[in-house]
Amino acid sequence: MPDENRFHLAIGSRFENIELVHVVLKDRMQQLGIDKDTQHSVELAMREALANAIKHGNQQNPAKQVHVDLMVEGDELVIRVEDEGVGFDPGKVRDPLAPENLLNRNGRGILFMNKFMDNIHYGSKPDGGTVVTLRRRVPGPKTDILEQTDPEEGTE
Amino acid sequence: MKFNTRQNGDVTILDLNGRITIGSGEEALRNATQEILNNGAKKVVIHMAGVTMIDSSGIGELVSAYTTATNRGAKLKLANLPAKVSDILTITQLITVFDVFDTEAEAVQSFA
Repeated sequence: MPDENRFHLAIGSRFENIELVHVVLKDRMQQLGIDKDTQHSVELAMREALANAIKHGNQQNPAKQVHVDLMVEGDELVIRVEDEGVGFDPGKVRDPLAPENLLNRNGRGILFMNKFMDNIHYGSKPDGGTVVTLRRRVPGPKTDILEQTDPEEGTE
Repeated sequence: MKFNTRQNGDVTILDLNGRITIGSGEEALRNATQEILNNGAKKVVIHMAGVTMIDSSGIGELVSAYTTATNRGAKLKLANLPAKVSDILTITQLITVFDVFDTEAEAVQSFA
């Protein structure tokens, strides 16, 4: 049975493809009735995860894909981003708020994700790629439009 | 992202509109600021009222523009920040680095 709570997209490792996923995510959040400020935060975090997967994970190799899953779990919007890279250790990223790093051009993507989502989890695939899972509680999602109809209900 | 360059007295104003995000907007911002500085501008205000989204790459370009301007003896200031952009500058602590003004007029006046 298809899972109506889940969207899956696979994109080539080009930055312009972030726009495609952005449009799908925005449309999905609008369907869910998520407020605009939350939408903006989630869109930003998702873009950072995708940019990292394309740039650092897949080294901008267009032959390598980034897989994106969008789903609702309870009151959380969940975004999972998988790359085909060699793995990633978030502990090795320099603190972008340290005074000596404040004027660095790069290195703020994880900060953005942490600030705009409730939870970020990094995992590894058996083949070495990185899986980033972003979670954000969404106020008042219209989950009824996503949930499967329970045949035991509504038969009065 | 769309941008426009104009003069307000001896201050060069760069109007930004749209998204400053990886792959397109950040590059446009880089080209715009380089052109302004290559033309010899020493007083620059980036008017950001029309910016709808800025990501970490866009912030990186702003930082790069700031350091390039400073290294060339120019001053770069920000004006009319939308709340979301202001929030990002606070989160990244760059609000303490950039000269930020509520209005273009205040930013221009600050050079006097």
